[in-house]
Amino acid sequence: MAVSYSSSSSKEMDYGEEPHVLAVDDSLIDRKLIEKLLKNSACKVTTAENGPRALEYLGLGDEQPDNLKSSASKINLIITDYCMPGMTGYELLKKIKESSTMKEIPVVIMSSENIPTRINKCLEEGAQEFMLKPLQQSDVKKLRCHMLKFSKPCNSRLCLGR
Amino acid sequence: MDVGQLQRRFLDYTASLFREGFLDDQFNQLQQLQDESNPDFVVEIVSLFFQDSEKLLNNLTRALDQQSVDYKRVDAHVHQLKGSSSSIGAYRVKNVCIAFRSYCEEQNIQGCLRCLHQVKHEYSLVKNKLETLLRLEQQILAAGGSIPLMV
Repeated sequence: MAVSYSSSSSKEMDYGEEPHVLAVDDSLIDRKLIEKLLKNSACKVTTAENGPRALEYLGLGDEQPDNLKSSASKINLIITDYCMPGMTGYELLKKIKESSTMKEIPVVIMSSENIPTRINKCLEEGAQEFMLKPLQQSDVKKLRCHMLKFSKPCNSRLCLGR
Repeated sequence: MDVGQLQRRFLDYTASLFREGFLDDQFNQLQQLQDESNPDFVVEIVSLFFQDSEKLLNNLTRALDQQSVDYKRVDAHVHQLKGSSSSIGAYRVKNVCIAFRSYCEEQNIQGCLRCLHQVKHEYSLVKNKLETLLRLEQQILAAGGSIPLMV
């Protein structure tokens, strides 16, 4: 174990910022639920009601100047509903993975329907995980591991198993 | 009535709602999310559910009343209602929505109309039950007690 690494990272975990999650869902009820679940897991949460708004927040919207990208680079995880009118969660996932600035951000897809072809399609496109709705606290706890892996500036460090 | 009695009445009522299938475990999840930082969480979510459902039921009634029914549109509304009822644990409403979606797929107008009638009925029942439950909660809090959790 690299003692110097773990002590500096644990400092970051103690005094560092909470992971910041972007949650996307067209249902207001589900946005409130996921927000509470994430806050209970000590995450900072931003919600968006659809794909285009989420992309705007990430600085990937159409006609957006580059200087807006700095706020979005602090996102540690994106969690999105699959079934949304207009842009689906899958289409949002693709756009994120196509972006040179955002493709490293882990994306989790949620759906109320357990459809294997849908799940495979999302995983193949690079989704970190696929979760069935309604989400519970135990599901959200599992997401923490994905987020910690991505904490900056230690991108390359392994999940410390917290 | 003292706090203990109110709490017992609350627990008995909640247990009956679960037994009769009006609510499922997801409702427990909601109760567990309520805390000092969000003391009105359940009331907020339930109110949103009422608002959302009433809008959807109106939309469904209109959509099924058309000369030429747009089943995709009907299905989209039912999908939304299924989602929100599932998220708060309104088990019976959710189940009617599942059947409703099958009839949409078959473009079966009679089936759809039957389901619409049924879902309205189930919705009004669970609305009533939830309002009673939330009133009991308020009584407990007003008497200085805390809401017992069904674990």
